[in-house]
Amino acid sequence: MNTMKEVSRHTLSVLVENAAGVLSQVSRLFSRKGYNIESLAVGTTDDPEVSRITIEVLADEGSTEQIMNQLRKLFPVYSVQELLPDRSIRRELVLYKVKAEEPDIRNEIIQIANIFRASIIDVSLKSLTLALIGDETKADAMQKLLESFGILELVRTGMVALERGAYTIGDETKEKTEFNLGKNVM
Amino acid sequence: MKMKCSQVLMECLLEQGVDTVFGYPGGTILNIYDEFELHGYKDKIRHILTAHEQGASHAADGYARSTGKVGVCFATSGPGATNLTTGIATAYYDSSPVVFITCNVSENLIGKDSFQEVDITGISMPITKWQCLVRDPDQLADVIREAFAIARSGRPGPVLIDIVKNVTAAEVDFEPLPLSEHASHGRLGAMLRRASHDLKTPEPDHDDIDKLLDMIEKAKKPLVLVGGGVIRSRGAVPEFRKFFERLNAPVTSTIMGGGACPGNHPLFTGMIGMHGSHASNLAATQCDLLIAIGCRFSDRVALSPKHFAEKAKIVHIDIDRAEIDKNVKTDHHIIGDARRVLELLNEKLPAHDYPEWKEWVFSHKELDLPSVPGKLSPHEVLETITRLTQGDAIIATDVGQHQMWAAQYYHFSRPGQLITSGGFGTMGFGLGAAMGAKVGNPDKVVVHCTGDGSFRMNCNEMATEEHYNIPVITVIFNNQTLGMVRQWQNLIYGKRFSQTDLDRGPDFVKLADAYGIEGTRVSTQPEFEAALARAIESGRPYLIECAIDKDAMVHPMVPGGAKTDDFLLD
Repeated sequence: MNTMKEVSRHTLSVLVENAAGVLSQVSRLFSRKGYNIESLAVGTTDDPEVSRITIEVLADEGSTEQIMNQLRKLFPVYSVQELLPDRSIRRELVLYKVKAEEPDIRNEIIQIANIFRASIIDVSLKSLTLALIGDETKADAMQKLLESFGILELVRTGMVALERGAYTIGDETKEKTEFNLGKNVM
Repeated sequence: MKMKCSQVLMECLLEQGVDTVFGYPGGTILNIYDEFELHGYKDKIRHILTAHEQGASHAADGYARSTGKVGVCFATSGPGATNLTTGIATAYYDSSPVVFITCNVSENLIGKDSFQEVDITGISMPITKWQCLVRDPDQLADVIREAFAIARSGRPGPVLIDIVKNVTAAEVDFEPLPLSEHASHGRLGAMLRRASHDLKTPEPDHDDIDKLLDMIEKAKKPLVLVGGGVIRSRGAVPEFRKFFERLNAPVTSTIMGGGACPGNHPLFTGMIGMHGSHASNLAATQCDLLIAIGCRFSDRVALSPKHFAEKAKIVHIDIDRAEIDKNVKTDHHIIGDARRVLELLNEKLPAHDYPEWKEWVFSHKELDLPSVPGKLSPHEVLETITRLTQGDAIIATDVGQHQMWAAQYYHFSRPGQLITSGGFGTMGFGLGAAMGAKVGNPDKVVVHCTGDGSFRMNCNEMATEEHYNIPVITVIFNNQTLGMVRQWQNLIYGKRFSQTDLDRGPDFVKLADAYGIEGTRVSTQPEFEAALARAIESGRPYLIECAIDKDAMVHPMVPGGAKTDDFLLD
């Protein structure tokens, strides 16, 4: 039993078959352990038959390991990788709809957007909608600043992440070979 | 060849060599059941109609466990399907290969809360190895082939296939496919190719084998722990015997490992865990090397994971990588099929001996159980069964004290001889499972050990054993109480026997009679012996009700969470 019970943020990247029911099979393993998924992003990869799910969860190390092991046993799961913060890049897209009824307020918001390299993607007489790409510290900082103007709506895509350098999720490891047996047929 | 999908299903079952199906018909599965008559499949596949879908699920499971083949179970949609769930979970927890086939409402009624509609693939997700809803007639044959391939592969387990009714009526082209190609077509084949899996069992890592051999050389007090994985792995038991005899070290077993090491073998210390023997549990606390093969260190074995075999290096041999370090932190592991790993170990393992260590381990003897006048003592019952069946019977159990007594006192000598719900602990499992075992092993005596509580749960299956003349001998350990719960209340809950008294009907002998089954009530050992002899002789289902003392206990007992040598009952 892993004795480390400290809860921390873990980013998991999972390659799965692009089919109905697969996402619920994957997410079930988190709820079974009593963990709430902090963020989940899913979309197809360069191969339309394969989807990549990026999951962020607050969990202890031992449980994360076990969830990854259980994931690897599912037939529609092709690869599972934990993306460590110092060896990976993580980004999410956040849309902020902010109250902006007067011109000077609007200007002030645009200035903030420029500092954060966010883009203005919609404007009306009463509001501005900003799009920001970044990790959670950047998104939170921006949110804090915009709160004073009044945030009407906010949406996040969920974090997506990749390992730095030329390594890929498909690289063979001993552990991966060992898991071939768990799924082995005949 | 053009045929209806209902017939495709039957052809696929024949492809797999299926000769027996346990099940219960209903509205949505009618097309499939019609095939038994319409195209005469009843002559090739024997269908056993149970009293309840749960009975069918346990029967298919018992059939699978006792024969090593894949069990097959049919049920209709809605309640038919949900009635299977306890049986599916029971099979899942003990890695038993069963293919469950249910039908769902037609495509146009799916998702509309239609009559007898339920999302059984969703419900069974956490308790199956694989589940699939078939909505495309062209996929059916591949899905059935994949279901069997998955159920029996790697670590075996149950698979559920749900077919919408209109698919069963659709006509498709059916071409037979050789077994060797079964998992390379269709969805599974595509998934396996994508994940670069191949169909052969990968070889265990030879360096891992050598490392274990090294560890054995350094060990002075090794202990072997065998679990159900050695039972499930084809051909592993002879290799296992070769291994532990050459190692010449004590061998203990989980309940699921019963039969891997003959119960009367001089190296066998008995079962380990909550109701394990003194020798086994004390050996676990004192050993310096624990070689665990095909077990998962459940909370009934490693009662306190932190303190389990704390003086030992723990080596875990398993086919399922996800079991490594799940419950108990290990020092080394080998991933592979038990038979192959043991073969490789046997190639290089020199003969060992540990006389002092063995002497110490086997110096711990079990205490004699007290006998109560006018009542049968549980070990007497099991010793009589052992004697009269020459230790060759298949023993199917329910769950509770009788299950532990059966595991402790019957000397199992081969895999598939003890049929018990070890992982899930399903009361009501026994009768169905015993029927399945008897159908799969008509030449063996099958004894169903049960308690008065467990038996009442699914005793309706007496109708099935009588109708098909499946000669199961049911032995009820009747102590008029839920004995195992009462034992905990006796020891831990200040003798407050909350809701465990079963001082009520039915009269089991009269009940058996109502089903057309002969029964006897006994309270002495000679009476029991005579009744059992008559039962074995009769070649008919038979029921023997044994009067057991209400406060008879399962000895020894180590409470949950305690250290393995912390006996509550000596």
